[in-house]
Amino acid sequence: MHELSIANSLVEIASEHARANGGQRILAITVRVGPLSCVHKSALEFSFDLLKQGTMLEGAQLKWLDVPVTVFCPTCEREVELPGIQRFRCPECDTPSGDIRSGRELDLETIEICQQATADA
Amino acid sequence: MIEPRILEVRTKILKKNDELARTMRAHFVEADVLVTNLVSSPGTGKTSLLRETLKRLLDAGEKVAAIVGDLETDNDARRLAESGAPVRQIMTHGCCHLEADMVQQHLTGWDLADFDYLFIENVGNLVCPTSWDLGESVRIALLSVTEGEDKPLKYPGLFNTADVALITKTDLAEPCEFNRELALKNIQAVRPGMSVLETSAKTGDGMDDWINYLKNMREQLKATGNTVAANNRSR
Ligand SMILES: Nc1nc2c(ncn2[C@@H]2O[C@H](COP(=O)(O)OP(=O)(O)OP(=O)(O)O)[C@@H](O)[C@H]2O)c(=O)[nH]1
Ligand SMILES: [Mg+2]
Ligand SMILES: [Zn+2]
Repeated sequence: MHELSIANSLVEIASEHARANGGQRILAITVRVGPLSCVHKSALEFSFDLLKQGTMLEGAQLKWLDVPVTVFCPTCEREVELPGIQRFRCPECDTPSGDIRSGRELDLETIEICQQATADA
Repeated sequence: MIEPRILEVRTKILKKNDELARTMRAHFVEADVLVTNLVSSPGTGKTSLLRETLKRLLDAGEKVAAIVGDLETDNDARRLAESGAPVRQIMTHGCCHLEADMVQQHLTGWDLADFDYLFIENVGNLVCPTSWDLGESVRIALLSVTEGEDKPLKYPGLFNTADVALITKTDLAEPCEFNRELALKNIQAVRPGMSVLETSAKTGDGMDDWINYLKNMREQLKATGNTVAANNRSR
């Protein structure tokens, strides 16, 4: 379960950014994820829910921003989106391409912060 | 009352690992050490291949060392130490992959100037190690002929961050009715243009090509300060 380790970094980075910007609490975070990141979203959600307890992320919602896998097709001379990750060929012209342009992402995109320590303060 | 606000962070979640790995890679390259990260399922033959590799490189007068990750035991480290090379064990206690800081800690007391090649045997797992850059210059994805030809299709993520697919236990290909053409086709399906090597640690078949590959990579590293691998992972 490497997602536990990823969730740990996630909580750390989100908290650092929140603190640096005067946030007391984090209400929600958005994670950008590609199919080649090798992350199981449900496993990461589970780990995140576990680790956020007792931190400024307690109660925070985890939202996903899914990115597709795209490769550069040398024949079509443009970036094309792949329907899956088992076949790295252009869906238009069938040219093989391993020139991956997106799909490996595993980024903390945004955090929603609040300057109050509790919801009803 | 101050309204909640949304901050753009846009940071890689594994940024700390990536940054450390980049620093480590720079040190390895500066010291002309070729670092190879071996990734596969449990039992594919990482330790067996590595033991043969260490022996052959030592016989050729090269200076080698190995770090081996294992969940709970130090069996692999003991098997590797038989070669005479310095070997260190990272016991991960349940952690399913190695991270850059674990490797860094286990380098303490070693002088990189004493090595030409450093091998890292990752924890047997096809998914988890993929996301962690260890500062290696070469990443090898191993699959054995006993595992079935569709491994690449099941784990495209690994094959897409590795530089070479290495098919192991080729001496068992026939009894296992291994369909080599299909395996090669599946590798190319998930990673067009990927280099493939084939070895048997038992008979020694293919070992010369593998050793030559490593030597070439080290020459390339010394000449250009870079390898294919490093480019491939730092997106
Ligand atoms: N016939 C044959 N058997 C092999 C070969 N390489 C490894 N084996 C056998 O496969 C089994 C597993 O090999 P290891 O080298 O321990 O595999 P590993 O990938 O290091 O395993 P973990 O560290 O547990 O993930 C052992 O019984 C080896 O003897 C080979 O080339 N041919
Ligand atoms: Mg082993
Ligand atoms: Zn095309």
